[in-house]
Amino acid sequence: MKKLTLLLSSLLLLLASCAPTSPQTLTIMTHDSFAISEEVVAAFEKENNADVVFLAGGDAGEALNKTILSQDAPLAALLFGVDNTFLSRALEADIFEAYQSPALADVPDEFKLDTSNQVTPVDYGDVCINYDKAYFADNNLTVPGSLEDLTKPEYKDLLVVENPTTSSPGLAFLLATRAHFGDGYLDYWRSLKENGVVVVDGWETAYYTNFSASSGRGPQPMVVSYASSPAAEVIYADPPIDDAPTASIVGPDTCFRQIEFVGILKGTQQRALAEKFVDFMLSTQFQEDMPLQMFVYPVNPSAQLPEAFVKYAQIPGQPATLASDVIAANRDKWIDEWTDTVLK
Amino acid sequence: MFSASPWLTRLLLWLIPLTFLGLFFFYPFARIIALTFNLSTLTAENLQLAFSVLRFTFFQALLSTLLTLIIGLPSAYLFARFDFRGKPLLRALTAVPFMLPTVVVAAAFNSLLGPRGWMNLLLQVSNYQLPITNLQSPISNLQFQGTLPAILIAHVFYNTTIVIRIVGNALSRLDPRLDHAARTLGADGWRTWWHVTLPLLKPSLLASSLLVFLFDFTSFGVILLLGGPSFSTLEVEIYIQAVKRLNLSLAALLSLIQLLCTLIFSILYTRIVSRNTTQIAPRSAGSNVRKPRGLREFIFVFAFCILLSAFFLFPLLALPLRSTTRLEADRGQRGEVQYGLTTDYYTELFINRRGSVFYVPPIQATLNSLGYAITTVFISLLLGFPAAFALNKPTRLERLLDPLLMLPLGASAVTLGLGFLVAFPRLLAQPFLVPLAHTLIALPFVIRTLQPALASIPDRLRHAAASLGASPFQVWKNVDWPILSHATLSAATFAFTVSLGEFGAAILLTRPEYPTIPVAISRFLSQPGGLNYGQAMAMATILLVITTLGILLIEKLRLPGAGEF
Repeated sequence: MKKLTLLLSSLLLLLASCAPTSPQTLTIMTHDSFAISEEVVAAFEKENNADVVFLAGGDAGEALNKTILSQDAPLAALLFGVDNTFLSRALEADIFEAYQSPALADVPDEFKLDTSNQVTPVDYGDVCINYDKAYFADNNLTVPGSLEDLTKPEYKDLLVVENPTTSSPGLAFLLATRAHFGDGYLDYWRSLKENGVVVVDGWETAYYTNFSASSGRGPQPMVVSYASSPAAEVIYADPPIDDAPTASIVGPDTCFRQIEFVGILKGTQQRALAEKFVDFMLSTQFQEDMPLQMFVYPVNPSAQLPEAFVKYAQIPGQPATLASDVIAANRDKWIDEWTDTVLK
Repeated sequence: MFSASPWLTRLLLWLIPLTFLGLFFFYPFARIIALTFNLSTLTAENLQLAFSVLRFTFFQALLSTLLTLIIGLPSAYLFARFDFRGKPLLRALTAVPFMLPTVVVAAAFNSLLGPRGWMNLLLQVSNYQLPITNLQSPISNLQFQGTLPAILIAHVFYNTTIVIRIVGNALSRLDPRLDHAARTLGADGWRTWWHVTLPLLKPSLLASSLLVFLFDFTSFGVILLLGGPSFSTLEVEIYIQAVKRLNLSLAALLSLIQLLCTLIFSILYTRIVSRNTTQIAPRSAGSNVRKPRGLREFIFVFAFCILLSAFFLFPLLALPLRSTTRLEADRGQRGEVQYGLTTDYYTELFINRRGSVFYVPPIQATLNSLGYAITTVFISLLLGFPAAFALNKPTRLERLLDPLLMLPLGASAVTLGLGFLVAFPRLLAQPFLVPLAHTLIALPFVIRTLQPALASIPDRLRHAAASLGASPFQVWKNVDWPILSHATLSAATFAFTVSLGEFGAAILLTRPEYPTIPVAISRFLSQPGGLNYGQAMAMATILLVITTLGILLIEKLRLPGAGEF
């Protein structure tokens, strides 16, 4: 068996190395939620005589782990999907080569968190509380307008959140409360707990099992999800509907902004092609493709948003933010404190 | 067969599985531990965390195993001894959960027992109350998710098939005359069971308990999805430390603890089992099976059929029902048809509506899944047979090697995945690594299914055949094989379901060219929207149908020699 395996692997290696020298293969490590249109990839491939291969490396943390562990012999030329909560860790690991894309000039400064240009911002999304419109209308209940409102008795048992230890929107919501309440955030969580907040491990469970406005038809009419989720509900509705069944609560600091970055990996043989791909990711063609593929927003202000996004997805005026080095320094401590307060 | 140069033959037999494990398990595992483990991780705080997690891991695994045995043993008896209508289907259905992704099982249980699941829907309809109107207050009477019973029920749901197959195999090979003799000598049913049947079943009972226990011990998805955030096992904690906190050193420590525990359990098992193997004149499977006779047997068969159907069929049926029912969330526009039967979710599967590179055509996903599964069956049987032969009547040294074969079951998938990355960076995107990873998990099942069957074959049968002039091959063909063929089918079924269930999926990097059904399901469930949910259920239904058909087909295969004993 071993022989067979060796034979098989050497054969495959041989095949791989014997492939025609052009087009050049460009490998990109991504997280599992990455998506892109065939025609957009094809456009890049054609223009640059390249063959683009995506490696799905698990969730954002896993993909980063795998990149760090293989930094001596990089598996890919680029890593996409490091967000602002992981940014400092990624920069500490020193896995990126700096590159200042000319297209970066158009990107607003609020997204450029890394001044050394080791990573380039590509998209952003806001983690917000979604609510079930029908539930609030039927029960003549006012939609909460702030984080503080959620502790009121009329909203008892109505909110489901994700565990920040295991879920990225869960962590984002914890960070929003930390940003808003400062050191007093644990008191806020104590009152949320008294008011019957439900905690589950992941977004899938929260949204599809606990949330009342999803197809899972769960018991809670409010869920921590994304500002773009109402648009997805319309786009993926069956039968087609003309109004979103959900909406986001976009009060001050109720949402937390996640920004995703791409970086060129140290030691790559394809620096030039990798640079072109970074430029391409900031081009309007790629930026306009992202919203419907990944339900995120483009950082390039000249990219047009799809109609469903304009109509059903709200952009919070005042999302909560925290500096990524502050997050890196405190995330484990905050998660531990939160766990002790809410789960024990 | 072993007469020529016994120890050389045995060496060869060991070499095959050990080389495989060495190359694809011990080497990558050792590499990643060496790279990430750090003695400074051994702080009092970390050890305390490890200890408290270990305690719960052990506790829930023990409880789950006991419950699985309580359901599994009578079921094994039912399938091994009685013939009744619908038996093959019911037997196949009990094996289906084993390969369903946890997300799907959670969805199935939820659509049955959840706050707005079928149970509640049924209750409401019987009260002439439309389900739509009952959203006034969050219903929390049936709290399932996030409880210890949810974890236990899911474990029983997943693992009962292990007991049914392994113990059932042994039961069907027992000579009923031993039973009859005991009865004739005046023993009542209970005493016969306790003094005759149970001792003979011990090897298979222990083997299946060990497998169930190890599966529960390393449980991951069930704990995360059904147990919720207040429960954590070693495997969950390893995942959190490695992936969420990027603390690879602590993850390595926990992985070592988990592997060490697996080793200890396996060693204990080997010691107990080596003292308890009795050779008997085995019957070919099938000669024990008959229709139930008398009222007591009839009630037993009837009651257990109902129980198993309810326990396995209802949650499983929830999936096809859900995949063909439009059950959209309550929308603003009331009064319009929101409920009804639909095939939309299936037709939608065939359309790449967003033009995505990662679109998974259902037929290709099915073919990929099947291709991996069939390859896994072949590789694991190819490796499992020599190992099972080598373990038959082991020497003292070989008894030391035995527990090593179980270790892949105790390895953390996350850690092993990173190990593959460090050990084989260039081969990582190659599709042939996938069935090899699946084989790692399937192999312990294959070995533990074949070995008790092999151990039960008395030497005197082989000797008798040989002295009558049979060649070693003829001995094997006419003595060993008829007894083994049944166990081989069970082993093949395990390998098939393990592969379809993708236990190893998370551990490898995947290229989008070779997506499988579980990959497609998780892609659909990662975005909001009724169509996504419906398509996930449709894909899960396809997986369910394929598995059921696959198992039925494997069991229908009339292997040459089967039933000729």
